[in-house]
Amino acid sequence: MSIIVTDTGFAADDWADAGAIVSLDEALEAGLPQSNARLGLDLPNDADIDQIRGLLDRVSLVRIAFPSFADGRGFSLARRLREIGFAGRVRAAGHVIPDQYAFARRSGFDEIEISDEAGSRQTEDQWIAHAGWAQSSYQDQLGRAHHPAA
Amino acid sequence: MYSYSEFDEGYVRERVRKFRSQVERRIDGSLTEDEFKPLRLMNGLYLQLHAYMLRVAIPYGTINPAQMRQLADIADKWDKGYGHFTTRQNIQFNWPKLKDVPDMLDALADVGMHAIQTSGNCIRNVTADHFAGAAADEIEDPRPTAELLRQWSTDHPEFTFLPRKFKVAITGSPNDRAVTKAHDIGLRMVRNEAGEPGYEVIVGGGLGRTPMVGKVVREFLPKIDLLPYLEAILQVYNLSGRRDNKYKARIKILVHETGLDEIKTRIEAAFEAQKKHFRGPEPSLVAAIEAAFSQPELDPPVMSISLDTPVRDPLLESWIDTNVSEHKVPGAAIVTVSLKPIGGTPGDATSDQMRVLADLAERYSHNELRVSHEQNIILPHVYRADLPAIHAALREAGMATANVGLISDIIACPGMDYCALATARSIPIAQEISQRFEDIRVQKDIGPLKIKISGCINACGHHHVGHIGILGLDKAGVESYQLTLGGDGTQTATIGTRTGPGFAADEIIPAVERLIDAYLGLRESRDETFLEAYRRVGMEPFKAALYSEAKAHAA
Ligand code: SF4
Repeated sequence: MSIIVTDTGFAADDWADAGAIVSLDEALEAGLPQSNARLGLDLPNDADIDQIRGLLDRVSLVRIAFPSFADGRGFSLARRLREIGFAGRVRAAGHVIPDQYAFARRSGFDEIEISDEAGSRQTEDQWIAHAGWAQSSYQDQLGRAHHPAA
Repeated sequence: MYSYSEFDEGYVRERVRKFRSQVERRIDGSLTEDEFKPLRLMNGLYLQLHAYMLRVAIPYGTINPAQMRQLADIADKWDKGYGHFTTRQNIQFNWPKLKDVPDMLDALADVGMHAIQTSGNCIRNVTADHFAGAAADEIEDPRPTAELLRQWSTDHPEFTFLPRKFKVAITGSPNDRAVTKAHDIGLRMVRNEAGEPGYEVIVGGGLGRTPMVGKVVREFLPKIDLLPYLEAILQVYNLSGRRDNKYKARIKILVHETGLDEIKTRIEAAFEAQKKHFRGPEPSLVAAIEAAFSQPELDPPVMSISLDTPVRDPLLESWIDTNVSEHKVPGAAIVTVSLKPIGGTPGDATSDQMRVLADLAERYSHNELRVSHEQNIILPHVYRADLPAIHAALREAGMATANVGLISDIIACPGMDYCALATARSIPIAQEISQRFEDIRVQKDIGPLKIKISGCINACGHHHVGHIGILGLDKAGVESYQLTLGGDGTQTATIGTRTGPGFAADEIIPAVERLIDAYLGLRESRDETFLEAYRRVGMEPFKAALYSEAKAHAA
């Protein structure tokens, strides 16, 4: 099981019941499944956003992998997704730490998916301490939009 | 000078509070050492050879007397009574205890200072020409831009976990004193044909194990486009920079492996996208920053001393000759206080010396000091008439060494004495060279010469751009010093060329002496500097001086 972290704290994954998540390789090879269910797309963090533009109007969630918290590519991918107008849910999944929550939210992520093990070490209060991410930042002051799509 | 806005103040305090919590969570195990490491690095805290080291930012090298006094107090309270000014316009404290660091950061915040992003794989403290706002050759003061960049890069949501560290330098003068071509991004303030201000943007310079001179990616970037353009460069780097090998992770390698044209195309494409999502700062914010750097009102008294006043103290005269530079206002001057006493540690200042510097800045330099990347302190706005008094006060504090720009004005990294990565000592080599050429008349006869020393391949001592560069390596457990010649960190940036095999610790000083003798023998006149002579005659005569004699000795 995994935990979904948002501004209000920990919750169970509501997507698991609502729809499927397809890997990028599958989607590129076989196309997206033809069903009416909601679709999610899994992106590795070396994905090329331009390559997946065509898929985006069919998916309502993009999940970007964080293999290591020290690898910041995911932040730029989320930003790029928002830049090209993706308005669905964007989720960071994997090794993200509470101290990165504000960065993730400001880059365009809506939520973080962490493992139960990570959630027991880095507890809910440690994440909620960063829920005030939307308060003014230097970048806001300098006129950098944080949700360009919205 | 810029002072913290309410926003800055709130931000820095919050940041200290967060760091306090991170230290606590490290201690209670919520954060693993791996997870804590980048967080402490982003707050300037390194683990060194003997202890933690705290690196405090002096953004674009500008500091006021109250801040300098606070650094002195911090040195007394939590360190051993001194600090070390670095080649990136920072100050390092070498002996803090982990538990004291949040208090030290609070003490810094009290005077509008911080240690944010002085290390880690993020955008580092932005450096600038240390004569900014005072230099006679300046087109425009680069510090308003540097302050804008400080704000933009602080806690940047997208660019705080980059493949590797990222350094930006800016100059507003055609004579580049900020080594812009050896930075990940170098900015030179220029004017276009219509006379509008903008920047030349240089990318992919850097020293370290693969030294490279930066390349121009934009000859003229209008001022207004700076932030979205930098966002574009950083986004391209964050997504495509190598993460498989730490030694190949800097942007210089990406530029090199991808090719300049392709990189330019990618940056321009990203820039088009960024522009749409960048409203730009409120004009009032930009105006407030610019106003903060307006030149102090200088009203020099009619000069009571001039260079040709006959009765003068020869020590004063010698010091004026080397340590005083031309100011943009006639009758005013820029003083460089040498932190390179003969036999001393380059860049070290005691807390008492810091207080003397603060007093002098208050009394004579319109409340401003600068830290130079050459590890000296600058009094940027003094009156020529006050030079004798300033010199006398510096003499009393042991800071009147008249050697700026000369052979004993050496840049040296901490090396084996402090640094965990070092492969050799560098400070003792600097000390020995300065002792060997102690006589100031000899130094003056040799003329302008930059010796730069690094204690390992990481090149923090910038040896690649020293006229004479010295790199300390470890050869099977023995220190070996490799020489490079002809390096240059200015607008004519050049990476020095290796002379050949290295020298043992007890051979390196005689080797430097042979280089100097060779230069003195072959220069066309006293006006031909070491670098000019090297450029004219090339490596051969120097090589001959270095190695044929060594062989003769061995035989
Ligand atoms: S050059 Fe090497 S030894 Fe010197 S400070 Fe840098 S890492 Fe340490």
